[in-house]
Amino acid sequence: MSAGPLLELRNVWVEYGEKVVLERVDLAIEAGAFVSVVGPSGAGKSTFLRLLLGQEAPSRGRIVFDGAPMRAECGPDRGVVFQRYSVFPHLTVIGNVLFGLECAAAPVLGRLFGARRRAALAEADAMLDAVGLTHARDQYPAQLSGGMQQRLALAQALVRHPRLLLLDEPFGALDPGIRVDMHDLVTRLWREHGLTVVMVTHDIGEAFKLGTRVLAFDKRRHDPHAPHRFGATATYDVPLLRKTGARPDAKTAA
Amino acid sequence: MTRLINLRPGRRGRLVAGAVPILILCLVYAVAAALRHADNPADKVLPTLGAMGTALWNMGAMVDPVSGQVTLLADTLASLSRLGAGLALATATALVLGLLLGVMPLARAILGPVITVIAVIPPIAVLPILFIALGLGETAKIALIAIGIAPYMTRDLAAHVAALPAEQFIKAETLGANSWVVAIRVALPQMMPRLIETLRLSMGPAWVFLIAAEAIASDVGLGYRIFLVRRYLAMDIILPYVAWISLLAIAADALLQALSRRAFPWAKGDAR
Repeated sequence: MSAGPLLELRNVWVEYGEKVVLERVDLAIEAGAFVSVVGPSGAGKSTFLRLLLGQEAPSRGRIVFDGAPMRAECGPDRGVVFQRYSVFPHLTVIGNVLFGLECAAAPVLGRLFGARRRAALAEADAMLDAVGLTHARDQYPAQLSGGMQQRLALAQALVRHPRLLLLDEPFGALDPGIRVDMHDLVTRLWREHGLTVVMVTHDIGEAFKLGTRVLAFDKRRHDPHAPHRFGATATYDVPLLRKTGARPDAKTAA
Repeated sequence: MTRLINLRPGRRGRLVAGAVPILILCLVYAVAAALRHADNPADKVLPTLGAMGTALWNMGAMVDPVSGQVTLLADTLASLSRLGAGLALATATALVLGLLLGVMPLARAILGPVITVIAVIPPIAVLPILFIALGLGETAKIALIAIGIAPYMTRDLAAHVAALPAEQFIKAETLGANSWVVAIRVALPQMMPRLIETLRLSMGPAWVFLIAAEAIASDVGLGYRIFLVRRYLAMDIILPYVAWISLLAIAADALLQALSRRAFPWAKGDAR
């Protein structure tokens, strides 16, 4: 692990032709941070997440991930949970978690057999246990509730031990009660696995409750005649110091 | 009062309601046939049910002295093997090409336009080409069925795969899947129910192409027989043959539907 921040954005711009979505984004995210990203619709939150995911490349600027320039392609060092469609409908719960392990170990067949499969199954079962889905092990996602599907999506993303976990409004479609349970689960997983998390959310309360740092994206300048000419950037960057005691590196002292 | 759109028949109600029009059709036919035969006992256009039964018995239970075979059985076997070979060829082609086009934008850019061009050619128009190029044997008939339905199936499958949520492909990539693993473990299994579905929809055109090919150049087959006996106005053979073809088509459809339901239990209900 390099000594610098896990993720660094240097003067990053994203433009689609004339339209500027993000401008002059300068950020450094330390390993172990839980960064919440809030902002109005159209402020480039999702574009920001796609940049970190590698789904999109910046038009200008550099993104440095773990000491090296980031490639604009998704890889197993970054895990993701979307609001919907995160899990594979044709695989059972255990199959969904196993999939990541199979991809890692079997690039040709995409499946494991014998002792290696048993080892992977044990690992996947442990992950299911961590998110509390052991009872639904052999069900299909369509048979699960929305909250259970998101638990599964978390387990599936974490089984490859990503350096960075990206959450795109992961609890946006859930009932308020279920949402609180999910907050506890995510906080626990973040601590236990020493994760670095970037979460995009519409819910400001959720952003402050979970994050160690809250980024607010918005447009600094606004031209009423050409609203697309100025992009958004991180206008507020609020470190939540009361939370630093909960950071994974300080966990042993707690 | 309950609105018409809210009247929902139960299981038995649906069965009865569905049987009524069919029974009425049979009754209308029987009456019309009886009326024509009252006028002209030698009428051939609307044969009576009895006459059709006799013809069916002769075709389906008696060994034909010339060919030494039971005609209906020989025709059915010949037609079904052609249809099966054509469908298998089309399905295999559509499976591979549909997956490739659906998963790889590069493949879609290269092959998409060609497949679109082939798909708009009326298959019957290329039948003479097939007969000239492949001869009058089985190959040309099988090729007509395959060429007739494979482009449609390919495009349908490619569109289905391309319409899978992008999130799933991203997710698979973040789990370390390479292009090949994404294709065979994410796209292919989710394509399979659609493959069965598109095959069911292609069965109708496939029968059309089979019967057209058999009508033009063949010496055995359901389509061949219908067009042969047409020369003698043998409606007492044609009508049972048409009914038999419909029955085969219904059975094939039901079989595919049952297969789809058994093989893909996850496809029930809408997954998030």
